[in-house]
Amino acid sequence: MPGETSAGGRDSPAFTTRGLTKVYGEGPAAVHALRGVDLEIPRGEMVVLLGPSGSGKSTLLNIIGGLDRPTAGTALFQGQDLTAMTDAHLTRYRRDHVGFVFQFYNLMPSLTAHENVELVTEIARDPMEPDEALALVGLHARADHFPAELSGGEQQRVAIARAVAKRPTVLFCDEPTGALDSTTGRAVLGVLRDVNETLGATVLIVTHAAATAGLADQVVHFADGRIRAVETNATKLSPDDIAW
Amino acid sequence: MRPLDRKLLRDLWRIKGQAIAIGAVIAVGVLLLVMMTGLVTSLDETRRTYYERYRLADVFAPLTRAPDRVMTELAAIPGVAAAEGRVAGGALIDLPGADLPLQAQAVSLPDFGAPRVNDVYLTDGRRLDPDRADEILLLTSFARAQGLRPGDTLSATMKGARRTFRVVGLAQSPEFLYTTPPGELAPDDARFGVIWMSRTALAAAYDMEGAFNEALLSLGPRANAAAVRAAVDRLLAPYGGQGAYGLEDHVSNRFVSEEIAGLRTTTTVVPPIFLAVAAFLLTIVISRMVQAEREQIGLLKAFGYSNLAVTVHYFKMILAIATAGALAGCLLGVAAGRSMVEFYLTFFKFPFLVFQTDPAAFVLGVLVSVLAASAGGLVVLRGVFALTPATAMRPPTPPNYARAGRIAAGLGAWLDQPSRMVLRRITRQPGRMAGAVVGIAAGLALCAGLLSILDSFNRVMDITFDLADRSDVTVTFVEAQGDKTILELQRLPGVIAVEPMRVVPAVLRHGLNTYRGAVHGLVGAPRLNRALDQDSRPIRLREEGVILAVALADILEIAPGDALTVDVREGRQPLLDLPVIGIAETLVGAPAYMEIGALNRALREPHRVSGAVLRIDTASGPAIYRTLKDMPAVAGVSLKAQARDAVQSLIDSGAGAQRFVMAGLAFVITFGVVYNAARIAQAERTRDIASLRVLGFTRGEAAFVLLGELAVVTLAALPLGLALGALLATGLAEGFSTDLYQIPALYSARACGVAVLAVLTAALASGWLVKRDLDRVDLVSALKTRE
Repeated sequence: MPGETSAGGRDSPAFTTRGLTKVYGEGPAAVHALRGVDLEIPRGEMVVLLGPSGSGKSTLLNIIGGLDRPTAGTALFQGQDLTAMTDAHLTRYRRDHVGFVFQFYNLMPSLTAHENVELVTEIARDPMEPDEALALVGLHARADHFPAELSGGEQQRVAIARAVAKRPTVLFCDEPTGALDSTTGRAVLGVLRDVNETLGATVLIVTHAAATAGLADQVVHFADGRIRAVETNATKLSPDDIAW
Repeated sequence: MRPLDRKLLRDLWRIKGQAIAIGAVIAVGVLLLVMMTGLVTSLDETRRTYYERYRLADVFAPLTRAPDRVMTELAAIPGVAAAEGRVAGGALIDLPGADLPLQAQAVSLPDFGAPRVNDVYLTDGRRLDPDRADEILLLTSFARAQGLRPGDTLSATMKGARRTFRVVGLAQSPEFLYTTPPGELAPDDARFGVIWMSRTALAAAYDMEGAFNEALLSLGPRANAAAVRAAVDRLLAPYGGQGAYGLEDHVSNRFVSEEIAGLRTTTTVVPPIFLAVAAFLLTIVISRMVQAEREQIGLLKAFGYSNLAVTVHYFKMILAIATAGALAGCLLGVAAGRSMVEFYLTFFKFPFLVFQTDPAAFVLGVLVSVLAASAGGLVVLRGVFALTPATAMRPPTPPNYARAGRIAAGLGAWLDQPSRMVLRRITRQPGRMAGAVVGIAAGLALCAGLLSILDSFNRVMDITFDLADRSDVTVTFVEAQGDKTILELQRLPGVIAVEPMRVVPAVLRHGLNTYRGAVHGLVGAPRLNRALDQDSRPIRLREEGVILAVALADILEIAPGDALTVDVREGRQPLLDLPVIGIAETLVGAPAYMEIGALNRALREPHRVSGAVLRIDTASGPAIYRTLKDMPAVAGVSLKAQARDAVQSLIDSGAGAQRFVMAGLAFVITFGVVYNAARIAQAERTRDIASLRVLGFTRGEAAFVLLGELAVVTLAALPLGLALGALLATGLAEGFSTDLYQIPALYSARACGVAVLAVLTAALASGWLVKRDLDRVDLVSALKTRE
């Protein structure tokens, strides 16, 4: 990544956005997904973006994850402007710094758990061994199973292993427990907390389940494409303690 | 192995059915290309080698009789590399049990050593012993057809004297690759033989001691062939020289060349069409396949895979299918070529024939397939790359039917909802629909065009042997006779009608074009052997001019009203200038017709006939044949039924044989196109149909949305396909036509009907297969499928 250590330096926040706006479509049919979002996310924190469906939180995640581009405004990653990057730069940014966990897991159906992780470790700069990543999510024993042979929770843990195996700087999770029951969901959240604490990665979780907020250092409330409120938790809850 | 490559292998395994279907289409196109170009190369190369190894002459000069010393003068002509004089003559072979005498040509071989020109290839037995005058070599194909072997004896009549000979060996020769009974166009192994005898023995039989009646010359590399022929003609003029001619006018070589040329034309026309259709189909299917991977492409990009890495990944998949198909096509093409070679070996009588492949065909076949597949893949990849990974990973937004909706608004009043869905989809995505229409139309055109060709071949046979020639027997005489012979024939019991004819060899010229053929003298209003016009009406021959077969008129670039120069190669060898007064739709051979009286007057040989056609009572056939066999004037008797069989087998075993293979492959491709169109539509609409089912539509009603679309596309393809088929039929007819037979560009209603039926059957079968799958769809999982 160009100028990685220069512009923002080591002390700049993980992400800073200014006036971030995203409009889908044109004219009367236009949908305003983001209406000028200003936000700062410190490094190494666990942040929950909370809001109802359609409030713009996933759009924000996609933009600062380098998966989408804003209509207006700027988004800085450690002081560097993501909105000014070329496609090739964004690709490098995602490859070197970002891990994704999606609601529907998005595993490659034709690859085993181990191979799904390997898909990412192969192109990362300083990855862990796929087995190590799977051990981290407690799936070491099922490494040779295909996604179709795994339960929903197991698939999501493979997706997490795949995301953390590259030792990402930031981990983005879009409704990571949205398709899971409470027991499995708690286990997955436990894994995310461990990743945050042991790897020191900044973790962003998008969810509409208010209970998840208890885990976070910071909770950002979204509604209608805007930030309603930002609150900081003095004490974080353990996944076992949150109400589902 | 890298995980992406493992994904590739497993994906290929998952879509193996589709991959095999695509590969098969490519394979068919490449197969045809490799097989046909290989055949042409092999035949060409084999012929060249065979001619070279057995020293086939470059110039042939028949004459009446010249003393041996003239050979020395011929050999001294500048440009002549080797010269050989020989004795040749007609003979009749009488086999016990055969009603008809069999015609043969007797040819001399030097008493000692191999001939310098026109050597023979001994397949069985031994060479001739010059001390034994009764020894002969027999043409292998004739001997095999008649069940004769070395050691057998046979009796033959030469110059009126019947003698008994002993067969000591069987031989082949490049000058007798193609042996046709005199007066016929198609070869028949059983009815025409070649006898080789030692020079001394044959000279004794034909009163040619110390003389020759045919000179054979081979030329040096830089010889001026025309100048040599002119010199030969000057030298032989006092000895009854009938005009030297080159290898290109040699009958056997001309037949072989025509067959190869016909095959070459077909090769340039047909495989490219197949390949183009296959390529088109491939582009559509591959693009659809990559489209279905959109989400995974987005995911790979989200992980940080570059566009290039993703492209390479999918390119490998495309390449794997396309090259596997192309390679299978190459292998199958070589295998098919090898078996076709066996076929041609019996047809052309080459002593050896090795199937050689043309490397260009492999390269072209593989290249076209890979390019077509890549084009389909890359267009879609470019579209997916234009999206951000976030968009690519989401199901595509519903297509905007607003515009199409307005277009169809007028129709909406009398259409139900499912019909509206069909109509809007068709008007909304005209490009995709046009692709499917053109694909099916191309398949239909291939079927209709190739079936038409089958009908055209049948038409050739009908016109030639039923309409034009209504006789049963053709009799040829040893030499031109007085016309009282006709009266003799007429008196035979069982003969219903007799018509005289006079056939004289001639070189026909118009401008710079020449053709070595014959003028057929017929009675003014023939009833048995007729020249027909385009509408199959008999043409009345008038005294003042000639009627030309359409193929001959094309070769000479001559039209009615033009003057034709006829350089007669018989008797006084007069040079005639005659106006062309009509064109005959003669499809087999390329004769020129003239009124027999006018021809005889021009030759100053009144009341002469060289043969006759007879209509007989079939019950008296054997008795008539026995009588003819004993008539000294008769050189040969041929039955129309036999001649017809010979032409039929010529058409079926030569270049024309390809038509069956092609028609079969056309059906395979047509089914492939229709089936794929249905499958693609199904893949795109499974969710819609599941939704309709959930809303309470019956299976039939829901399937209508999909099958209705297939029906509309298929029906739209019919007129286009029939129009393309007409073009194709014309092109193919031209490609299949040779000097020997003309294939008329028919576009028969029957062919169109069958082709349409084939397409509709393919559509119904595909529709049924798709419907069966739709009925099995698990509604919940179909609805959950994220595109």
